[in-house]
Amino acid sequence: MSNRALVGFLLFASSALAQAPQGDRAELRALQAAVTASQSAGDNAWMLVSSALVLMMTGPGLALFYCGLVRKRNVLGTMMQSFSMMAVITLIWGVCGYSLVFAKGNPFIGGLDHLFLRGVGADPNPLYAPTIPHQTFMIYQLMFAIITPALITGAFAERVHFKAMVMFLVLWTFFVYFPIAHMVWGTGGFLNDYLGGRYRVFDFAGGTVVHITSGFSALVTALYIGKRAGYPHEKFVPHNLVLAFVGACLLWVGWFGFNAGSALAASALATSAFVATHFAAAAGAVGWMAAERVRKGQASALGAISGAVAGLATVTQGAGFVQPFAAVVIGLLAGAMCYFMVTTVKERFRYDDSLDVFGVHGVGGFVGCLLTGVFATRAVNSAIKVGGWIDGNPAQVLHQLLGAGIGIGLAVAGTLAALKITGLVTPLRMNEGEEATGMDLSLHGEEGYNFEG
Amino acid sequence: MVKIEAFIQPSKLEAAREVLQSIGIDGLTVSEVRGHGRQKGHREVYRGREYDVDFIHKLKLETVVPTARKDEIVAALVKAVRTGAIGDGKIFVSTVVDAVRIRDDARGESAL
Repeated sequence: MSNRALVGFLLFASSALAQAPQGDRAELRALQAAVTASQSAGDNAWMLVSSALVLMMTGPGLALFYCGLVRKRNVLGTMMQSFSMMAVITLIWGVCGYSLVFAKGNPFIGGLDHLFLRGVGADPNPLYAPTIPHQTFMIYQLMFAIITPALITGAFAERVHFKAMVMFLVLWTFFVYFPIAHMVWGTGGFLNDYLGGRYRVFDFAGGTVVHITSGFSALVTALYIGKRAGYPHEKFVPHNLVLAFVGACLLWVGWFGFNAGSALAASALATSAFVATHFAAAAGAVGWMAAERVRKGQASALGAISGAVAGLATVTQGAGFVQPFAAVVIGLLAGAMCYFMVTTVKERFRYDDSLDVFGVHGVGGFVGCLLTGVFATRAVNSAIKVGGWIDGNPAQVLHQLLGAGIGIGLAVAGTLAALKITGLVTPLRMNEGEEATGMDLSLHGEEGYNFEG
Repeated sequence: MVKIEAFIQPSKLEAAREVLQSIGIDGLTVSEVRGHGRQKGHREVYRGREYDVDFIHKLKLETVVPTARKDEIVAALVKAVRTGAIGDGKIFVSTVVDAVRIRDDARGESAL
């Protein structure tokens, strides 16, 4: 049943209820309950699938994407970085993470009402998602908290101790992710005017919360930890682009859960976000390939998948606010812009953001944040009170800039603090010998490829 | 007895195997190797970073044959794997002092 038909039916049912005799009234009440239950069933089905899709983005999606881009002695160590976030962040989320983001608190951090998932059960939380169990909302949001720190690992690939990596990213999640997610999405959050906050920043699926924070934190870690031994003179050739390719395609598919799932219902808005997401990914791939063709004469496979990921990261912020062809513009710009960042700018400054987390997610997230202020429209999402520039509200771009600025500031400060503290407890970098041997043997005592036997 | 070592283009393996089989040479060992001769490497580009690949993938075929058949076999092999371009590879022929068949202790050319 479509939403409109459902509302019509409920109105009819409740007005009928007021006039109906006793017996009919009970029957209508039962009908009303049945309709509510069936809408909840539909929404819950989609949100559980979306939760699984977003987890699939981290493992195997991101794990494969990243591990294919490193040298083969680091293939397992790289996969473990993403996978360990699936395990560690899950436990933290249950203990206090969910509460610190989504419980009532101050404008900057949530409270402690939902510690150990207290009060998070089958009944919906009407503040966030009135038609699905609160627990579904909780598990869906967890998947975002997992992938965000996992994204950062690409910046310091092939050179950081496992223990230090886990500790740094756990601290990072407390210092950066929980506060920014609360500010943008939590009730009373500073940047969430929809739920009583001070400023109106549109972030549908986490352009600021996920991509700007992880991207700029990635740049800070790359600079702080330093280059890989031998960079940039030695060869750092991706050891298996086929794995990277499969990973990127899983990211693309998983992103439907990430963006369309952010509608928090199986609604027309979810469809609209799904379409915008897909169009931006396609345009991102075309944008990057076109830029490569112009500059180098050849479009590469790595370029095509990088462009798609850039398009996806860039449209994340606006997915539920923009029309399909606005998404195409966003994707094309993302592809060309991120290509310029990872080739020209990175080459110029010689920082070793090994797998281009800053160049793709940081830059894409930032550009997407501003473009959301341009292209957001009430024609797509009637829940917003005013749209962006395209709806005659150019000031929205400034709101978006403020959101991005807060995201960047928090990311830089939180990352530095987390790195400093971790460095005091345990060495961040592997020593030269360990780095030459590779993470797989040095850190895990295993090898990814054993063809003998 | 002589050992024939042929460094060939990977795409020519099947042609080499067929011609050797057709003239009755059954023993053949293949290894994947990398190297370069006059053919220089090529350039690869990953996200804008360029890398020169100096060592090129080749296959090394090894077979030990009776000395009397040396020239015939080398000629057949050359004909089968030649494309005429730089990078076709090289063939080396060397003397082998003895051979042993492990299963039954056969020696010399009768062990081949």
